[in-house]
Amino acid sequence: MINLETPRKFTALVQQAHQVAEQIFRPNSRKYDRAEHSYPKELDMLASLLDGMNASSAGSGAGAAGVRRDGSADTGNRNGSNLSTVLGVMELCWGDVGLLLSMPRQGLGNSAIASVASEEQLKRFEGRWAAMAITEPGAGSDSANIRTSARLDGDHYVLNGEKIYVTSGERADLVVVWATLDRKLGRAAIKSFVVEKGTPGFELVRLEHKLGIRASDTAAFLLKDVRVPKENLLGSPEVDAQKGFAGVMQTFDNTRPLVAGMAVGLTRACLEETRKLLNKAGLDIDYARPLHRQVSAVADFVRMEADYEAARLLTLQAAWMADNRQPNSLQASMAKAKAGRTCVEVAQKCVELAGSVGYAEGEDGAGLLEKWARDAKILDIFEGTQQIQLLIVARRLLGKSSTELK
Amino acid sequence: MSMQDRVMGAGLKVLNRFAGSTVVDKLGLRRPSEALLYQSTRAGFSTIATAAKLFGAAGKLLKPARLSSRSAGELFDLNPSEEQQMLREAVAQFADEQLRAAAQQADSACATPPELLQAAAELGITLMSLPEELGGAGQERSAVTNVLVAEALAHGDLGLAVAILAPAAVANALVLWGDVEQQSRYLPAFAGAQAPAAALAIQEPHALFDPFQLHTTARLDRDGGWLLDGLKSLVPRAAECALFLVAAHIEEDGRTGLFLVEAGSKGLSVTAEPAMGLRAAATGQLKLRGVKVPAGALLAGGDVTVYGDCIALARLGWCALASGCAQAVLDYLIPYVNGRVAFGEPISHRQAVAFTVANIAIEREGLRLLTLHAASRAERGDSFIQETALARRLAADKGAQIGSEAVQMLGGHGFTKEYPVERWYRDLRAAGIMEGVLLV
Repeated sequence: MINLETPRKFTALVQQAHQVAEQIFRPNSRKYDRAEHSYPKELDMLASLLDGMNASSAGSGAGAAGVRRDGSADTGNRNGSNLSTVLGVMELCWGDVGLLLSMPRQGLGNSAIASVASEEQLKRFEGRWAAMAITEPGAGSDSANIRTSARLDGDHYVLNGEKIYVTSGERADLVVVWATLDRKLGRAAIKSFVVEKGTPGFELVRLEHKLGIRASDTAAFLLKDVRVPKENLLGSPEVDAQKGFAGVMQTFDNTRPLVAGMAVGLTRACLEETRKLLNKAGLDIDYARPLHRQVSAVADFVRMEADYEAARLLTLQAAWMADNRQPNSLQASMAKAKAGRTCVEVAQKCVELAGSVGYAEGEDGAGLLEKWARDAKILDIFEGTQQIQLLIVARRLLGKSSTELK
Repeated sequence: MSMQDRVMGAGLKVLNRFAGSTVVDKLGLRRPSEALLYQSTRAGFSTIATAAKLFGAAGKLLKPARLSSRSAGELFDLNPSEEQQMLREAVAQFADEQLRAAAQQADSACATPPELLQAAAELGITLMSLPEELGGAGQERSAVTNVLVAEALAHGDLGLAVAILAPAAVANALVLWGDVEQQSRYLPAFAGAQAPAAALAIQEPHALFDPFQLHTTARLDRDGGWLLDGLKSLVPRAAECALFLVAAHIEEDGRTGLFLVEAGSKGLSVTAEPAMGLRAAATGQLKLRGVKVPAGALLAGGDVTVYGDCIALARLGWCALASGCAQAVLDYLIPYVNGRVAFGEPISHRQAVAFTVANIAIEREGLRLLTLHAASRAERGDSFIQETALARRLAADKGAQIGSEAVQMLGGHGFTKEYPVERWYRDLRAAGIMEGVLLV
C-alpha cells in the first residue's frame, strides 16, 4: 500500500540522530567552522555511541555501515538499512554537514568497504576509519581517466600517483585509493585499494582551505612506490571489460542517496530558520490560499519547500529501492541532482530573505545561515557533480553510451 | 487465495466490467460530429432542461452511504496494491490507445466524442467511487487509486481526462459529504447506464482568483431556501451537465458553501468558454442569476473544513493530471530527440538537449511523489493541506516549464498541430491555475 511517511520502526533512530545533531553538532558548528583543520574532539565520545547504533538497528549512523545489499529471499516490501541510514543522515546534516563528514569510522571509504569488500576484508578492516581517494589534479568528474597506477609485484601492488580532495584524509586510519592496473585498458582496469596510513611512500602533503564544511579535513596525498598487500584490493583483481569499472562505480549507486540525504538535511535546517524569521516578521504561511494572494517572501518560501519535498522524496525512493534490491542508479542520480541543486538554491535564497541576519556570522539559529550557504555548495559537487548526475540520468533515459552522449 | 476471492476487490470488479465491455472494442477513431462542433462554438445556449427527470426516481437510503477509509500502512512503500496496479494498467491501455488517438480531433472540435465517454463509463471510473449499496463498485475510499487513475488517463490526453473525470468529482463529493436526502436523490443516477454529466464549479473569471474569497454569493431566501448569484468559469461539459456543485460565499455568516444546482433551474445559463487548453472538456461559463435552490441543496451544512478538503482534493486531481501529461511528454521526447538528426548526429547527443530531457524526468518524478504523498495522507484521514499546496506548486511551476520545453525540443515542429506537444503546452498550463472540477 502506497505510503510515504517515515516508518514508525525508525522513529527512535531518527530521534536519536536528531538529538546528536541538536546537542552536539549545532553547538560546535561555528567553533569548527572558524577553527579549520583542528580535530573536533567532541566527536570521539560520539563514535562509540554510533557504533552502538550501527550494531543495534539494521544499520544507521552516518552512512558508512549499511549500504550493502544483502541476499535475503524475502520478497515483500522492505524498509531496511538504506532507508534508515539515509533518514539518519538527513537528521545529522540538519545539524552540521562538516561534522557528519568528520564522524570517526564513518568515511566514504568505510562505505566502499561495507559495500564491496569480501567477508575476510570486512573482518580485517572492521572498526577502522577509512577515507576515499579518487580525485586527482588532472581528473575530477572524469574518474575513468585517473593516472595513479598500481603494478603487481609479488604479493604486493605498488602504487604511484597523486590524490586530492580526500575527505578525512588526515584523521582516517585507511584510505581507499583508486588506481589503474593499465591505463591503456581504460576504465575496466581501475581498481580500489585499501592503503594503511603510515605505509612508506604514502605522504600527506597538505590540507585544503575551503569555502565550507571546514570542520571536515580535506587532504592531498602523494604516493611514491607505496606497497600494498595484494589482499587489500577490493573486488575482483581481474581486468574485466564488462564489469570492471561498473564494480567501483556500483558504490555510488549506494552512496549517492546518502549525499542527497545530506543535502536534504541542510535544506531543512535553512527552511526551519527562515520560517521562524518570517513568523517573527508577522508573516504566516497559508497553505490553502493561492500564492498569488500572499506576500512574495511567503511565495518564495513555499516554492523552496516544494523543491525540498521533491528532493526528500526522491532520496527516500532511491534508498527504498536499494532496500528492495531494485536497480536504482537512475533514481539515485535523480535524487542527487535534485537535492544538490535544491540545497544551494534554498540556502542562498534563505540568506537573501534573512538579509544581514542571514549574512552575518552568528553562533546559532539564523546566524548559521551564511555557513550553511557555504557548506551547501560542496553537496552539488562531490560524489558526482550536478552535471555528472544529469549525464547519468540522460544516458539512462535515452539509452546512450558515454561515447555518444559526452 | 482463489481467483474468486480476489475478484471481491473493488478494483477488480471495475476491471471485470472493462474486460467485458464491447464498446471498448467497437470504438474506432470517429470523426467528431458536425453537431458537436456547432454546439461548442455557439455563442450561448441554455442548460439541459430535463435534469429533474433524471434524479430522485430511486428509493431512499436510510443513512448516508460512505466508503470505508483505509488503515495506515506501517512501512514506507511505493508499490501500488495488486488491484491498483491492474486497474492502472487497464486505464493506461484505454488512455494510450483510445484517448491519445482521439485527442487532437477532440481538441479542435472542443468536444469529447460520446463513444469515448461511454467507454470510460464502462471502464467504471465513476463506479469505483460509489458504494455498493448505491449500485457502485467501491468499497474503500482511496485518493491514491483516484490519483493513479487520473494520472493514467492524462497520459492519454489531459483534456479528455477532464471530460471523463468531471462527473466523478460530483459523485465523489456526494459520497464523501452528502446527507441521506442528497445521496438518495442524486447518486443512483451516477450508477446507472447513462450516468449524467455533472461538474464541480469553483473557478470564477477574476484575476488573482482565490477560492476562499468567492464573488458568487448565496443568501437565505424567506422560505429557507437559497438564492445564488454569480459567474463560474471553465466548467467542463457545462452545456450537457445535469447537475452542478457550485461554490458560493454565504452572505449571512461569511462561510463558503457547496450548493447542488440542477440544470434547468430558473436563472441558470451556460455560455461556451473555449480556452487555451482543456478544449476536449468543452468548457463553459455558468451564470447564476437569482437561482433558487432548496435549503437541502447545501452540502455538509456549509462545513468550512469540508470546503477546504474539497479544494485540496481538487488540486490533487490537477497534480495527478499534470504528472500523467508530463510523463506523456517525456515518453514522446525520448524517441524524438534520439531520432532527430542535426549536424550529423542525433540531437540527443548534445547536452543542451539531453539535460533538458533529464530535468523533465527529475521534476516530473518529484511531482508524482509529492502528489502520492498528499493523496496517501488524505485517504488515511491525516492532514494533507500543506502537502497538497507543495504538490500544486510543482504542478504549476514545473508543469508549465515541462510543456514549454516539450515544444522547444521539437523546435518549429513543436509549434505545429502535426505534433501533440503544442497541445500539452496548452493543457499543462491549466494544472496550476484550475480550482475545482476534479476530486480525488
